[in-house]
Amino acid sequence: MPRNPLRRTRDTHHLVAGLALFLTLMLGLALLVSACGSGGATTTSAAQSTTMAAPTTNAPSTTVGSDTTASSAAGGKTSLVLASTTSTQDSGLFDVLIPAFSKAYPQYDVKVVAVGSGEALKLGQTGDADVLLVHSPSAEEDFMKAGYGVDRKAVMYNDFVIVGPTADPAGIKGVSVAVDAFKKIADSKSLFYSRGDASGTNAKELAIWKSAAITPAGNWYQTTGQGMGETLTIADQKDGYTLTDRATWLAKKDSLKGLTLLVEGDKALFNQYHVITCKGAKDVQGANDFMNWIVSADVQQNVIGKYGVDKYGQQLFIPNAATAQ
Amino acid sequence: MGVFWEAVKQAVSLLIHGDRYVYEVMWMSIRVAGTATIFGMVVGIPLGSWLGIKRFWGWGAAAAILNVGLMLPPVVVGLFVFLLLSRQGLLGSLGLLYTPTAMIIAEFFISAPVVAAITMGGVGSVPREVRLQALGLGASRWQSVWLVVREARVVIISAIVAGFGAAISEVGAVMMVGGNLSIAGHNQTGTMTTATMALVREGDYAGAMAFGIILIVLAFLITFLLTRTQQGLRRRWLQS
Repeated sequence: MPRNPLRRTRDTHHLVAGLALFLTLMLGLALLVSACGSGGATTTSAAQSTTMAAPTTNAPSTTVGSDTTASSAAGGKTSLVLASTTSTQDSGLFDVLIPAFSKAYPQYDVKVVAVGSGEALKLGQTGDADVLLVHSPSAEEDFMKAGYGVDRKAVMYNDFVIVGPTADPAGIKGVSVAVDAFKKIADSKSLFYSRGDASGTNAKELAIWKSAAITPAGNWYQTTGQGMGETLTIADQKDGYTLTDRATWLAKKDSLKGLTLLVEGDKALFNQYHVITCKGAKDVQGANDFMNWIVSADVQQNVIGKYGVDKYGQQLFIPNAATAQ
Repeated sequence: MGVFWEAVKQAVSLLIHGDRYVYEVMWMSIRVAGTATIFGMVVGIPLGSWLGIKRFWGWGAAAAILNVGLMLPPVVVGLFVFLLLSRQGLLGSLGLLYTPTAMIIAEFFISAPVVAAITMGGVGSVPREVRLQALGLGASRWQSVWLVVREARVVIISAIVAGFGAAISEVGAVMMVGGNLSIAGHNQTGTMTTATMALVREGDYAGAMAFGIILIVLAFLITFLLTRTQQGLRRRWLQS
């Protein structure tokens, strides 16, 4: 039976109508999203992302608000968005830190968004986060120089360690200099997993490669694009090396049966955390309160300083607000 | 006009200039979902057709179990496949974790139940008289079954599309068993969905938006093709 030429026209009309409707919806959505940002700001907010491995303290947050300074949450509390890193999240520190802060300042409903330092800084830039707790010093300095931050204070430090398969094919166990260990891994073309996600850990890893004057390339150097916990899982499953912060390592090592801590102690593996209040913050008071709270002597000594001692037999983070700059 | 439009603009630019990583990821998504759906069809259509036609003791329970496939949380599928393929799992020694094969396996278990369940519904709603009449007119058992399945072909096509849709849009399961790995900027096991997730995490909204646009356009295209095919089939069915 010959095709009816009129029928094709109707189908085409349907397609055009569908496309037009779709584009109108997209336009409407874009207008809605941009119109609801704070007036006068050049950038507006898109929806915030949340971490995948999410324990109790995580919640998604959007900044659809009017021009008032703080968006209110249920029960008269004001929302305070803290953007921090997956490393801090995976170490479990927030499970003690946030309840302690909420006790001291019950008027805030703290939302912790754990992403890579790269994204955390971006959230601070766009005003989607009020305060940051990150560990990517050179990126932070660029952030401050660009004027996105109001104040920046040292909070605590720990260190990075290199972990790898227990069999250690690259033979780096006990090597005291991180750069040497990385050189051995590259020379032996042993499997190495990089986070590749603009996080503080990733920045440190790339800096070590740079110091070693090596551009890692080849089938042995793989990028996961994910957080520390996930990257450790992959390294464990595939017998690969990776750089991790000690806190996440201690928190996760029991479930990572194939990995062992191989290299530690090099000064180059020093990992400093800073707290930064953001210029575009919706809740300026909350950001300042959090900053002052976390560097206060009591919190430093009793909350941060004691974290991990019960569970892991050692401090996971060493407070240094008083001594560092 | 904000982060949203910036992302869209940069995404369109990426797509026009042909970013190699974007194309590799796109191909991986389509390849994995396509392969998984083909296997899903091979298993799901016969299974769904069989349950649509045959009645036996325990059929009610079997049909109910198959229908669960439509509601099955894909992340649970991902978890099971991950545990199966992990070093400590039953198939751990095969070293399949974080390979495209693992992703195909996970997506198979996501799309096959969808294909089977919808096929069962479609084949089951073909009037029983069709098969009886065919048998009465001298058709063999298999010929009559084939006739019934052909009658349901419009629904079966939408079953395949639904299965493919479920597979290609899955994020969690694929991330768990695939790992979103890349080597020197070349994609290894990233799909459009997992790459979008990772890019948002890095703060690269433009890159994420590029994949978002592709996914939406793809969904649109497939739905359009499906609708046209269904209309074409319906037209010919009405005329037959």
